[in-house]
Amino acid sequence: MRESGLAQIPVTTADRLRGLVGEVLEEALRQGASAAEASASVSQGLSVTVRLGAVETVEHTRDKGLGVTVYFGKQSGSASTSDLALKAVRDTVRAAASIARYTAADDCSGLADAESLARSIPDLDLYHPWNPGADRAIEIATGCEQVARDADARVQNSEGASVSSHEGLEVYGNTNGFLGALSATRHSLSCAVVAREASGMQRDYWYTVARDVRDLESSESVGRRAAERTVRRLSAQKLTTRQTPVLYEAPVASSLLSHFIGAVRGSSLYREASFLLGQLDKAVFAPGVRLHEQPHLRKGLGSAPFDNEGVETRERDLVSDGILRGYVLDSYSARKLGMQTTGNAGGVHNLTIQPGRDDLPGLLARMHTGLLVTELIGFGVNTVTGDYSRGAAGFWVENGQIQYPVEEITIAGNLRDMFRQIVAVGADVDLRGNIRTGSILLENMMLAGS
Amino acid sequence: MSGMLRQVHDALLDPAGIGDGEISSLMARLLEYRLDFADLYFQYSRHESWTLEEGQVKTGSHNIEQGVGVRATAGEKTGFAYSDDILFPALLEAVTAARTIAHSGSSFVAPSAWRQVRALDLYRPLDPLASLEDGEKVKLLEQVEVEARRQDPRVKQVMASLSGVQETVLVVRSDGMQAADIRPLVRLNVTVIVEQGGRREQGSHGGGGRFSYQDFLDHGAASAYAREAVRQALVNLEASPAPAGTMKVVLGPGWPGILLHEAIGHGLEGDFNRKGTSAFSGRIGERVASDECTVVDDGSLSGRRGSLNVDDEGTPTQQTVLIEKGILRCYLQDLLNARLTGVAPTGNGRRESYAHIPMPRMTNTFMLAGKHDPAEIIESVDRGLYAVNFGGGQVDITSGKFVFSTSEAYLIENGRVTRPVKGATLIGNGPDVLTRVTRVGSDMRLDPGVGTCGKEGQSVPVGVGQPTLLIEGLTVGGTQGA
Repeated sequence: MRESGLAQIPVTTADRLRGLVGEVLEEALRQGASAAEASASVSQGLSVTVRLGAVETVEHTRDKGLGVTVYFGKQSGSASTSDLALKAVRDTVRAAASIARYTAADDCSGLADAESLARSIPDLDLYHPWNPGADRAIEIATGCEQVARDADARVQNSEGASVSSHEGLEVYGNTNGFLGALSATRHSLSCAVVAREASGMQRDYWYTVARDVRDLESSESVGRRAAERTVRRLSAQKLTTRQTPVLYEAPVASSLLSHFIGAVRGSSLYREASFLLGQLDKAVFAPGVRLHEQPHLRKGLGSAPFDNEGVETRERDLVSDGILRGYVLDSYSARKLGMQTTGNAGGVHNLTIQPGRDDLPGLLARMHTGLLVTELIGFGVNTVTGDYSRGAAGFWVENGQIQYPVEEITIAGNLRDMFRQIVAVGADVDLRGNIRTGSILLENMMLAGS
Repeated sequence: MSGMLRQVHDALLDPAGIGDGEISSLMARLLEYRLDFADLYFQYSRHESWTLEEGQVKTGSHNIEQGVGVRATAGEKTGFAYSDDILFPALLEAVTAARTIAHSGSSFVAPSAWRQVRALDLYRPLDPLASLEDGEKVKLLEQVEVEARRQDPRVKQVMASLSGVQETVLVVRSDGMQAADIRPLVRLNVTVIVEQGGRREQGSHGGGGRFSYQDFLDHGAASAYAREAVRQALVNLEASPAPAGTMKVVLGPGWPGILLHEAIGHGLEGDFNRKGTSAFSGRIGERVASDECTVVDDGSLSGRRGSLNVDDEGTPTQQTVLIEKGILRCYLQDLLNARLTGVAPTGNGRRESYAHIPMPRMTNTFMLAGKHDPAEIIESVDRGLYAVNFGGGQVDITSGKFVFSTSEAYLIENGRVTRPVKGATLIGNGPDVLTRVTRVGSDMRLDPGVGTCGKEGQSVPVGVGQPTLLIEGLTVGGTQGA
């Protein structure tokens, strides 16, 4: 097979994108806009999947795009295009301007205030191009899948192992004088296998992801864990309906915190569509819980020196000792609420829940008897009311020891109560995402089964 | 060349100076390698959306997406590359990258003449974005808002959105076929928040399909969506905690057909079954549902959200019987999986865009009407749940476990629908849930045109439908123990 390496994004591309954003802003002003903001991006990458030892897909990606928002006083319109030719760019600005003519004047609309914009852009060490080439990527994926298939005789089928490597560059600018560029890479290795015995089939997976390929978990480890996680689910039983303590394993515990973010996001608050309305400075989590945003972590998967509006991102406590200390705001929602932006246009950056001392076995011992949840499915979460009901799979635990796998059950409660009933957060922090958490133990939930 | 193919060539290829000659030469380059099949997928899409909140249309957006996906397959292997420029040199680069999946040395000759797929005619090739003046779109949303607010003083927030897309596609295949399609799609959605005594609840409704914005005005559909969203929200203000445990469940007609999409639809997709990773693998001819159940996937319904004149590989869509009177008959196929398993494609090869690889996907999936009076179905239940509206669902196709979550449900007590209960997730096992369907209603209905299906990171519009159904036992994930 021919090597088809992926070229690095050249420095000149950054200059070209900066120039393009500048031109777009000028074009907007020429067309009569009082203010404008624009972002331009390019990205490229390679993904390969190997299944049962043979190549399944080799995918080359290459994307570019431009988005612009124009303001005519307090009216605004947005448009985007993947065609960066001059004519298309002008048409895009014109399309945004045309929309702005029909939107209502909104006192809170506009660019982020000039004083909130990032003045310096620290290097967060997010750009580590790898360029493995298809052959090398295939070799890694093949090795990983082989480890999983050899790990246990019951691993009899596979959805394959994948390697992907992507790099991207994004430039954002606005007519308040901000122009910032950010380049970043993201590499990952994943493996999903299927185990079978008389009782039926189960599938599970493991993955690793990092900015720098040197920070990836080894392919042996990914393959071994994929196999372990799959085989341990075989012969799962259904439980009877009961109240029970629930321990969310770290990879699924992050979902609890993303529901929290959904409820303290500015757009949910000013629309009064949140179960955490009016809870600022009040206890929303159990005492001792700390949620901490760290936008400037070097190599962090959620790191960013400025947000989607050019606003400087800052380290802060969102929750300390269980008390809600701040919201997740962009400048629009901040103005709606009579507050200041928190630099969260586009979301939170590396939200971390302060880990405790116990590892997973320690938490199991602490729970003594209850449900360890390792998989959640479905979307049964209502941000307006906090009502929570999701499908689950995992393990029944007695005397701090895993007894047997369970499936086809649901767990339900209300997030307002669940957050206050956090008994412990594990030391087993999962660093593979923008939300970093250990396993989370909840005092009590309703489990529905047979 | 037919009108449609000519029109699409004019729109996609002519501006780039690409004609049949250039296409033939790209295909010839691909076929210098030992491939079984290759295709080029040209796409140009314009999308807009307008959103209203707090009584005003504050924002709108317009997006253009264009590009070409190049796919080369050999055995089970797929090489894929794309370009977001429709330009010959960029295409040549994508061709060179995609074909490296195979070894050099051609196995068959590139087509010298092109033939045209006979596509269906399920919707007009109109441009929804131009079907109303921008000012009229704003006015439509404002009317929706007024209609919602005048229903009840407890309505505190109204959010409404209107979106439209026109997608122009051309599929060029190594077997010498070309297929073209111009696909309109519109959607109107209303969400309201109501408040009473400090308690807040929401309700949502909407609809759409492959037609123009005008259709939202013609039969008062837009206003009806607003009224329905308010009705649902007000019902939820009265809802008490949902029960927890396994019980009889009656599902209402229409959108609750998401049951079929999750419980069996995904598990019958050809890729999972070729690989043997689905709980339905190797079960053609076996009983997977009660006699009462016949389930089809049909991409050939006129104007529906999940319908396509041709799928994204140029195969005309069709009605495929998946389950006939309880017996599993067929899987859903794209070209690759049909070829590898030696069956005919079913017109289910779909992709989110040029930048995505096609795979077997559902179109409109529904159960045919049965013989029971829906009212009698409810009367037959002593104690159970009556669920008429749902949010999303999900499935683990290997274990077969699936969920879908209610957004409007009631208790049934002594054969009567009594009080509303809060949203709860229902969980079951795909391969046996339909075996416990004991009554199928005569009131088959399709959903209003709101479904979006996600698989391996790709989203495509779909439809679902069903008549009223009684399931003898399904686990209801409420908070209230027996």
